[in-house]
Amino acid sequence: MDKNNNPVLLEVQGVHKKYDDKEILKGIDLNLHKGEVLVILGPSGCGKSTFLRCLNGLEKIQGGDIKFKDQSLADKNVKLQEIHEKIGMVFQNYELFPHMTVIENILLGPLKVQKRNKEEALAEAEQLLERVGLLDRKDSYPRQLSGGQKQRIAIVRALCMNPEIILFDEVTASLDPEMVREVLDVILGLAKQGMTMAIVTHEMGFAKSVADRIIFMDNGEICEESSPEEFFTNPKTERAKHFLNIFQY
Amino acid sequence: MQNSGINVILQEKNMQRLIFEGLFVTIEIAFISIIIGSILGILIGLSRTTKSKVILFINRVYLEAFRIIPTLVWLFIFYFGVTTALNIDLSGEVVSIIVFSLWGAAEMGDIVRGALQSLPQHQIESGKALGLNYFQLYRYVLIPQAIRRMIPGTINLATRMIKTTSLVVLIGVIDVVKIGQQIIETSRFEFPTASFWIYGCIFFLYFIICYPLSKISKNLEAKWSN
Amino acid sequence: MSFDWNFVVTNLPLYEKAAWLTLKLAIAGIALSLVIGLLCSVILYFKIKVLDIVVQAYIELSRNTPLLIQIFFLYFGLPKLGLKMSESACAIIGLAFLGGSYMAESFRSGIEAVSKTQIESGVSIGLSKIQVVRYVIIPQAFSISMPSLSANCIFLLKETSILGAISIMDLTNLTKDLIGMYYTTFEALTMLVVIYLIMILPLSFVLSLVERKVRYAEFGN
Repeated sequence: MDKNNNPVLLEVQGVHKKYDDKEILKGIDLNLHKGEVLVILGPSGCGKSTFLRCLNGLEKIQGGDIKFKDQSLADKNVKLQEIHEKIGMVFQNYELFPHMTVIENILLGPLKVQKRNKEEALAEAEQLLERVGLLDRKDSYPRQLSGGQKQRIAIVRALCMNPEIILFDEVTASLDPEMVREVLDVILGLAKQGMTMAIVTHEMGFAKSVADRIIFMDNGEICEESSPEEFFTNPKTERAKHFLNIFQY
Repeated sequence: MQNSGINVILQEKNMQRLIFEGLFVTIEIAFISIIIGSILGILIGLSRTTKSKVILFINRVYLEAFRIIPTLVWLFIFYFGVTTALNIDLSGEVVSIIVFSLWGAAEMGDIVRGALQSLPQHQIESGKALGLNYFQLYRYVLIPQAIRRMIPGTINLATRMIKTTSLVVLIGVIDVVKIGQQIIETSRFEFPTASFWIYGCIFFLYFIICYPLSKISKNLEAKWSN
Repeated sequence: MSFDWNFVVTNLPLYEKAAWLTLKLAIAGIALSLVIGLLCSVILYFKIKVLDIVVQAYIELSRNTPLLIQIFFLYFGLPKLGLKMSESACAIIGLAFLGGSYMAESFRSGIEAVSKTQIESGVSIGLSKIQVVRYVIIPQAFSISMPSLSANCIFLLKETSILGAISIMDLTNLTKDLIGMYYTTFEALTMLVVIYLIMILPLSFVLSLVERKVRYAEFGN
């Protein structure tokens, strides 16, 4: 529980991960509370994206445990498919299915996985599309959309599954600068509505305004953990100070 | 007297004939055609880098002709058609070598062209920036890399040619298939199931020639794609 | 040298019949090989124990041996074991045997070309492995492998030319027969080539149109 008495949704204990013989994550401990927005910062190669992908089981861990609402991801009896319904993910390269229209992309999960009623799912999808301002593009194909539009659709696709947590993996890194804002605005909106999120990003200004808590990672470990105000104005560790300097001119 | 069929291939004389007479002809035709085809093909491939529309067009028609018309039809065209038209007598082997060399040259030409075109442009630019002239550029930069890219395609072509030489039996050449058929004929009483074993044996002979080649090609491709 | 038009006119019906036979056998062979190819590539993708080794052995054996030998084996060899089939059956099975492995290769490289992140994307919206294969991988793999698949179709159509070796009256065999009977080498060969061109050029053109349309739908280029 945190100070607002919100339950812990995701519990990370002593997570270790190796790739071939290289240790990428060297013991991560973390709790993610309901309604909390966690932003993970760090230099390239520190393992932040890998860590994010461990949270929904896309990457396997070799040590420690990750529990979603007391269900361990490593437990053989836990169906990862169900975890994926509850923990959504948005990727850097949008990864919309090119052979399907926007609305087909969005409805694939709700209809084929969650077996929801078509009218109900369609209504929700259209409502979400309206909120991001892309309802008129619902019958377009991904190739007809700009990067920013595709990413917003990717977010809608994840939202339509009604997840409890959404993970964002450097979702603006592939976008032209003009389109970054429209995507970040959507995420800010989600934060205001109380969606639980873990975000890996390089956008410092965005991190400062959306985060409830900043996690700074370096070399596979959590170096520093604080509120955004504290982290950006008064970083405690040398490595954090060094990292923030990169963004100052 | 009827013997167990498999003995027909164990009869030493038969295997000897199959391999040394039959397979030898098969490989000989393929080998000669590959050599001639490669030499011609490299010339053709180089000629396709030209800007001349006429040469490009002729090359294109030539390649497509061999790609659209089945090889057997080409064999017939030369064996029946050309010989009648020019009023000459050509043996099946000669016709085979002519057709396969022409086919090989067309395919090689495409392989060479593909290899040259796939070379990254910046290699040429950085070569020029270093002051290399046309010939030096080709010799030290382009050709070694082009050869690498050509080898999988060439091995693949060689494998296809070896398999296609099985057709020459249909224009009367005494290759491994024909000898196999002769053995079957002469063994009809002694080994009535000979055709099963002989054709099975020929099947494996082709396999043990072609399989290593295609494996080598795959390994090279994998090794060099890094 | 004069062209014997009379020959052409008289024998056109024979050529037509042979052309239809060629097409029918080719289409049957192609259809069967597409099914075999798809099945094999799915088996390989799911790494189904035992079957995947069988499939790999099948692919290597059929790709490294000539179709002529495969068909001779089916037509002359198998009857000795009591398995006798008609020429047409041998032809179709032979074409499918060889074609199946070519199609399997095409599907396999199509499947491998679907990016890992597309698969992750499917997984992250909760699709099961089978659903990912059905909704994400196969549609994309199919359009990626279209060029290869259509090249295989044309290849199989051309391979029908050898079926004369087992007494099937296809176009090439018919031509050889007519030359033997009437010595009208030039006319017969010309008709043969023309008919092959008529069959293959439009097919090649139509396939490349389909290919382009499918690729555009996928990738917009």
